[in-house]
Amino acid sequence: MLDLRKPAGFFFLLLGLLLAGAGVLNSGYSAPLLDVNLNLYFGIFCICFGGVFLWLSRKA
Amino acid sequence: MTLTLTPLDYSILLIYFLFVIGIGWFLRKSVSSSSDFLTSGHALPLWITSLAFLAANMGALEMIGMCGSGAKYGMMTCHFYWVGAIPAMLFVGVFMMPFYYGSKARSVPEYLKLRYDEKTRGFNALTFAVMTILTSGISMYALGKLLNLILGWSFTYSVIASAAIVLAYTYLGGLSSAIYNEVLQFFLIVAGFSPLAILAVRKAGGWAGISARLGPTMTQSWRHMAHSSDNPMGVEIVGLFMGLGFVLSFGYWCTNYLVVQRAMAARSMTDARNTPIVGSFPKMLIPFVVIIPGIAAAALATVGSGTYSIPVKAVTGGPDYDMVLFSLIQKFYSPGMLGVGLTALVASFMSGMAGNVSAFNTVWTYDIYQSYIRKDAPDSHYLMVGRMATIFGVVLSIGAAFLATKFNNMMDYLQLIFGFVNAPLFATFLLGMFWKRATGHAAFTGLLSGTTAAAATYGLTIAEGKGGFLGVMHTFPSSMAQNFWVAIAAFTVCLVVTVVISLMTTAKPLSELGGLVYGVNPVKIEPSVWWKRPEVLACVAAVACIALNFVFF
Repeated sequence: MLDLRKPAGFFFLLLGLLLAGAGVLNSGYSAPLLDVNLNLYFGIFCICFGGVFLWLSRKA
Repeated sequence: MTLTLTPLDYSILLIYFLFVIGIGWFLRKSVSSSSDFLTSGHALPLWITSLAFLAANMGALEMIGMCGSGAKYGMMTCHFYWVGAIPAMLFVGVFMMPFYYGSKARSVPEYLKLRYDEKTRGFNALTFAVMTILTSGISMYALGKLLNLILGWSFTYSVIASAAIVLAYTYLGGLSSAIYNEVLQFFLIVAGFSPLAILAVRKAGGWAGISARLGPTMTQSWRHMAHSSDNPMGVEIVGLFMGLGFVLSFGYWCTNYLVVQRAMAARSMTDARNTPIVGSFPKMLIPFVVIIPGIAAAALATVGSGTYSIPVKAVTGGPDYDMVLFSLIQKFYSPGMLGVGLTALVASFMSGMAGNVSAFNTVWTYDIYQSYIRKDAPDSHYLMVGRMATIFGVVLSIGAAFLATKFNNMMDYLQLIFGFVNAPLFATFLLGMFWKRATGHAAFTGLLSGTTAAAATYGLTIAEGKGGFLGVMHTFPSSMAQNFWVAIAAFTVCLVVTVVISLMTTAKPLSELGGLVYGVNPVKIEPSVWWKRPEVLACVAAVACIALNFVFF
């Protein structure tokens, strides 16, 4: 059966790359009460999260 | 309030849809029998079943409602998790799962047939099937209405598109696909809303700032529970413990097939028992993701100078707590994260919908079709019926969603009826599993009596203008308190009636109760290392939950 860690890992990796890319290229994205580059930080978190999933699925 | 999405936000939503359908596509190869499709062939690992156990319950209505309740009632909303979920999850794992899993029943109604009789199973299967369709439909209705309200999308297209995606992946991969996607949705929901909690609390000055702005009734969970007039929830400690903490929560977590089905999909008895117990660890932390942002919103609303204000209802001008979550997303999420937040919300709607549809198709196929329509067909026929039931269930859900547009208070009535049916059911299971003298006639009569008692209690009491259609014998300070006491009445009447009639009727012989009742030919449980034992894990979870209650006492 499919190992869920693979699709979940790829999903979060892709999401992270999109968000981190948007954070780097367009740091002007803003919201009324937002004072940090959330796309960049959350994107990096998603890349790490997805990476851990993919690494775990390789070990299995 | 309207949110404007950018191409980046749409891309995130599209990627998510492609992944959930892709998971269903890959899992279609592992479906070759009705058991694979409807019960996952009892082959899923513990971490997946335990997260799915949680996610099936994390519908968007809960996310929106709990955030709004956080803003309205404060930390007391955590009782819905720390009192109203964790103890029941530990109980079902330690005490009830051996009977569900060990009896080899394929569903909760089937356990009722084995333990009691056919009519008790039929009653439970029919009410459950109707409830799941209506719940799924109302979830779709809420999604369509919400997307229409905040994004201006067409209600009809939103409902049909979300239903089509859920149908695609549940039709292809069956229960496994629904469960796998629930786990992905769980991660997305937690990841999507966690930054909101962190940013809102930080903006409100941290927990110290929130406490200073809101005062103790909003930031402490227990100190103001002695009397209903002392707290904003209007609930006192007996109603909370007995109504929410015992009858309603145990009725839901221990007998609702929607969640129990996830544990029954585990690959071993120990994993099935550990499913709700392991799931209780993340469950007790969910308030930090969904309730704390609401409390932070209430604190931010006191800052002034136009920083933030609780949304107001257009008609009455009063606070619209259901819109708190969206107002926070609007204030804190820039394009990109806005797409993540919206996708998390859509994911939570689809998670609830898929959970209901996958439970419906199993109960329909095994407990209604195979029991009453065609008993001895080949397995391939039941696989086909299961797939058709998935389509049928989704189409009926769409119908229910459109029906809900005609009756705007349908959700209130459905929750009420759900309470009428679920609360007495726990008494039926409790007696069935732990008292070998309980009989089928007694269980059936008890269920009907309990449901009638619930309706009568509701009809004779009133709260916030609700109930009282038979006359007003008592007025409750809040509809929440009324719901708790209605559940207590239903449970008590069902329990008493079942005991009395059991003593007047003939019990099943012990030879027919092996593995179904405590102490009668107990099911063999495979040995496991001490730290994997359900009893040990349940003790650790209980201590952690008690500690959380003390931290926010």
